[in-house]
Amino acid sequence: MTYPSGGYANYGPEPWQQTSWDWRAAGNFVCGGAGAGLIVFAALADGGRAATVALTLAGLALVGLGLVCVALELGRPLRALNVFRNPLTSWMGREAWAAILLFPAGLAAAWGVPGAAAAAAVLALAFVFCQARLLQAAKGIPAWREALLVPLVVTTGLAEGGALFFAGDPWHRAGTPWLLAGFGALVLVRVLVWLAYRRNLAGTIAQGATDALDRAGSVLQLVGTVVPLALIAAVATGFVSGALTPWLAAAAGLTAAVAGAYTKFTIVTRAGFNQGFALAHLPIRGAR
Amino acid sequence: MTRWAMVADLRRCVGCQTCTAACRHANATPPGVQWRRVLDMEFGEYPDVRRAFVPVGCQHCDEPPCLDVCPTTATRKRADGIVTIDYDLCIGCAYCAVACPYQARHKTLRAGFAYDRPMENETKRRDDARLAVATKCTFCVDRIDEGLAKGLRPGVDPEATPACVNACITQTLQFGDLDDPQSNVSTLLAEHRHFRMHEELRTGPGFYYLWDAREAAS
Repeated sequence: MTYPSGGYANYGPEPWQQTSWDWRAAGNFVCGGAGAGLIVFAALADGGRAATVALTLAGLALVGLGLVCVALELGRPLRALNVFRNPLTSWMGREAWAAILLFPAGLAAAWGVPGAAAAAAVLALAFVFCQARLLQAAKGIPAWREALLVPLVVTTGLAEGGALFFAGDPWHRAGTPWLLAGFGALVLVRVLVWLAYRRNLAGTIAQGATDALDRAGSVLQLVGTVVPLALIAAVATGFVSGALTPWLAAAAGLTAAVAGAYTKFTIVTRAGFNQGFALAHLPIRGAR
Repeated sequence: MTRWAMVADLRRCVGCQTCTAACRHANATPPGVQWRRVLDMEFGEYPDVRRAFVPVGCQHCDEPPCLDVCPTTATRKRADGIVTIDYDLCIGCAYCAVACPYQARHKTLRAGFAYDRPMENETKRRDDARLAVATKCTFCVDRIDEGLAKGLRPGVDPEATPACVNACITQTLQFGDLDDPQSNVSTLLAEHRHFRMHEELRTGPGFYYLWDAREAAS
């Protein structure tokens, strides 16, 4: 038997979209990441006690909402505490431990315990890092196991946290020029990591995953990057000043948050194609 | 040491699905859940078209991706290479399902039967502990263990051999100890060219596919 010089391109049934994790799992990544990012920004802000309490509690609520989402995904939710049994190798177990430590630290920060805000921020970072590694450890999904997914999920979480922080700026007024610059930098880094992530995936994922990611990428680049960066630039350069400033920052936050959430939702629920099956060689039957 | 493994001779498989039916019968898996599947694959374009029937299922990997991700330690690997699931520990998070590159894991929320009422084997093998948790091919580990306790040889004595291997009408599927150089699987691998699925992922599957005779190698 002779083989085509380029080999056989289609060695198996087409990859198909995984159905094990749906919007509930995506909700954990979207809400958990944004909540953790918000806790980090709340720790960095200096907006007075009321703002710190509100932002930290909002961050914890988002993390909690994400965990509720994932609990809805469990087949045996009454055994959910078993999730703590294997932090040695499982990033889901580590995520659970980070969350269980994050809540008392966050509540202590809201209570005003000295040093607790910093501890909560560190634990929030640990939490979002665990989420990123959790998704990347899913070896069965090519779009997830790409190494650059880790910085993508981390920067997305932090950027969305900053986005939510500034979305509420007209009310809490805790935003500072430095924080706005940090938020802008995160938005920029997020899209750069996204572009690198997409470049690395080229030719390695199913067409359906490519299409889904391309759609999300368009939203992320335009709505999630160009618009908020333009608004941030308008504020930072003094092009717009006065009472309109926090509202522009809020608009930047909203657009960045929505686009980031859509991107992560897409990665989990629409780009989660497996790689199907492949034969390294075709069987050679009969006499030759 | 012992390392149980399965070998599928792709030149022999005719896609009759008897192994699938045997697995289904032995383990009473619900409709839609096939721990042993046989893929019907076509390659190339007319007139140069090839077809292959490919048995798949849990590969009982050396480095199972499902093992490390499991947050509950429900998934374990025995010293003999068989990857198991403790249904009483599993929380049904399906993390293992998305971690498995071989789509070998299933989660069924409700009991299901082939027909309206459970058949005799479904009644006998019904295990509600398997609902809402991860399930997969076990290499018929209970048959292996019971057979070994009786002094039988898995892969040689049918009573100690996985149901799919026993049922295979073309002897496509073989089961045995990789660490025994005289075993049927070791002999087959020595005499044939073979590969493992998605080798590039370095999971070290315990499931080998024969595709050509060794002497044909030039």
